[in-house]
Amino acid sequence: MFKKTCLSVAIAALLVHPLNASAASDADLQAIREQIQQLKQSYEQRIAQLEQRLQAAEANSKQAETVAAQAQATAQQAGVAQAAPGAVAGTGSEGAFNPAISLILGGTYGSLRQDPAIPATGFAMNPNPGHEQGFNLGESELGISANIDADYRGVATLALDPAGGVSVENAFVQTSALGNGLNLKFGRYFSGLGYLNEQHAHAWDFVDQPLAYAALWENQLGEDGVQLKWLAPTDTFIELGAELGRGRGFPGSGRVKNGTGSGVLFAHVGDDIGIEHSWRVGASLHKTHAADRISDVVPDLPGTANGVSNSFSGDSQTTGLDFVWKYAPNGNIRNSYVKVQGEYFRRRESGLLAYDINTATIGPVIDIFSVTQSGWYLQGVYQFMPAWRTGLRYDRLDPGVATIGARNAGNVIGNYAFNPSRLTWMVDYNPSEFSRLRLQLARDNSRQGLSDNQFFVQYIMSLGAHGAHQY
Amino acid sequence: MALTNTKEKIVKKTLCIFLLLLLGGNAHAALNVFACEPEWAALARQLAGDKVSLYTATGALQDPHRVEARPSLIAKARRANLVVCTGAELEMAWLPVVLRESGNSAVQPGSGGYFEAAQAVQMLEVPTRLDRADGDVHATGNPHIQTDPRNFLPIADALSKRLIQLDPANTAHYQQQLATFNQQWRAAIAKWEKQASPLKGVPIVVQHKGFPYLNNWLGLKQIAELEPRPGMEPSAAYLGQVLNQLQQHPAKMVVRAAYQDGRPSEWIAERAHISAVMLPFTVGGTPQSGDLFALFDDMIQRLLAGLK
Repeated sequence: MFKKTCLSVAIAALLVHPLNASAASDADLQAIREQIQQLKQSYEQRIAQLEQRLQAAEANSKQAETVAAQAQATAQQAGVAQAAPGAVAGTGSEGAFNPAISLILGGTYGSLRQDPAIPATGFAMNPNPGHEQGFNLGESELGISANIDADYRGVATLALDPAGGVSVENAFVQTSALGNGLNLKFGRYFSGLGYLNEQHAHAWDFVDQPLAYAALWENQLGEDGVQLKWLAPTDTFIELGAELGRGRGFPGSGRVKNGTGSGVLFAHVGDDIGIEHSWRVGASLHKTHAADRISDVVPDLPGTANGVSNSFSGDSQTTGLDFVWKYAPNGNIRNSYVKVQGEYFRRRESGLLAYDINTATIGPVIDIFSVTQSGWYLQGVYQFMPAWRTGLRYDRLDPGVATIGARNAGNVIGNYAFNPSRLTWMVDYNPSEFSRLRLQLARDNSRQGLSDNQFFVQYIMSLGAHGAHQY
Repeated sequence: MALTNTKEKIVKKTLCIFLLLLLGGNAHAALNVFACEPEWAALARQLAGDKVSLYTATGALQDPHRVEARPSLIAKARRANLVVCTGAELEMAWLPVVLRESGNSAVQPGSGGYFEAAQAVQMLEVPTRLDRADGDVHATGNPHIQTDPRNFLPIADALSKRLIQLDPANTAHYQQQLATFNQQWRAAIAKWEKQASPLKGVPIVVQHKGFPYLNNWLGLKQIAELEPRPGMEPSAAYLGQVLNQLQQHPAKMVVRAAYQDGRPSEWIAERAHISAVMLPFTVGGTPQSGDLFALFDDMIQRLLAGLK
């Protein structure tokens, strides 16, 4: 309105002005009149346009109101409340800042023919996570995570042992505030080596870890330390990572002095091929030093009943290669997909072995000991219809041939001449994203002369916040 | 000496290649936009033209709830200046990992490089109780906001503002593109509403609760869903129940999104003697839905065809 008045005054002033300009010639006057006429027309046009736009805007806002009212009516009909745009946060109480909490409930029923405490042949000085027989409450996992502030995020995963204990599986802080593709993590975390190592038990595709992970990493390597990853600014995924840690899990023995007990380097490269295929390959290197790493019930050459206890001190270096390839028709993993993965680890250990540390007579016999152990697995998982998956896995270990000092040549077994292996089949049913029921059969040849048929039923259920899974 | 020279050459070449890799792709466009779904890529194209280089994280034939945090997505997010997603928990199974692993502080939630379309619109089906027994429900409401074209107006407005904030040098360009889009889009909405008038009040069955915004816009009456709970596969027993229900209260058609398995819809359609309608759901879901305008042209044509 104001604009219109202004314009009228201006036009009036212009109209009045020529009357005062008596000195002007007729021709001039004519020219000025024409100009004024043009101006007038142009302003009138603009005013008309403005009025039209105003009307349109009013009509639109009315329409919007009706639409909103309709929407509200529909929403009420459907029995749901309606949120204002952007209204996401909760009630504004303290609870609104509570972290995301998730609880994983898991359990198995296992039926085995052989005693699960017997380790794989040639791996008596390695850990043997084994299996449980009968009904067994698996580890329940309590996860808590939230942003700490604008820069840091905190994650804690507590494993609730069926016997009653609580152990800290993960407790780390991570930040990507450094930018430039850098990711820093510190605290207790699963090492980034290999492919399976970072995955939590509830995300495993089988009831158990491959033999290579069980024997070489005690299922998975958790470290106390610092991890720095860098992602290259390329179209292809290229990630480099380094870790310094305490050397907490096997093959380390948990350094209790200044300095670091272990170091890890890893590199991952990955990409898509079209919309249906994706892949990632990786290589890793792990170094640690073991100090007085004790193993019990180790068979020996004299054939001591129930074995002996040995202690190893020395360097351990493991190299690993891993790959995973996934395929889904149209890239839609909901209906069906195929996942094929494989990993290979090779570990060289060399140092001093103390044979039979519990002997009362002559004391432990200490001499040099070095061995190269390796293991690999190859597995495929196929989701053949929504909610149903099946998988097949083949595992193999090589205990290697140990170099043993002369003093222990008659005590320590250096060559087992047997490669443990296992073939596993599973099928699982996932009624929803939060529940999984699994059946698994395995033909286990990991112990010489003690082949085993293993049968498992497993459930994995997740409550509460369900975080995103890694690739 | 000769050996050292060759070595030097190799090192230099490798460095050159590495530098090229680092700079690759950044040369032309001002902004790298990472769109979670094809509709937001299409909208960004409308609003920015060639001022952005676009990457679309998911395809129209993928279930946007179930996508993996693939290495390629992480690599693309690493170089993004702007991430445009639906939000409302639609991408919660993969986006948090992608953004975290990207090491890109500019696109983390809460920063200027992170844009959620759902923040700009009225959400429907906001649950009054949160219980997983109800299936895969989203606390902030149904996230499939792209099936109502009217939602694109406030989203375009907010997205254009964000583009200007990130790339102020091209402000005039973005404002002009927005004005053009608004004008064309309003005209198109009027056209679609006229075309779709026979659909008002038509009873339909949906496979997944993915169309409340479409129903709200066109006045379609959704009387049943094939998924017993959102995100759960329809079982034979449950489909039987739906069939019984349809004999009492008949529907005109059964509607599903392009990414969904067609079998449950076809099973019902055959037995209830109604038409099975596959909707593109987003840009590229059908060969006819190449851009945002074509998307709604095609949706309405398919729904109208379902009436016959």
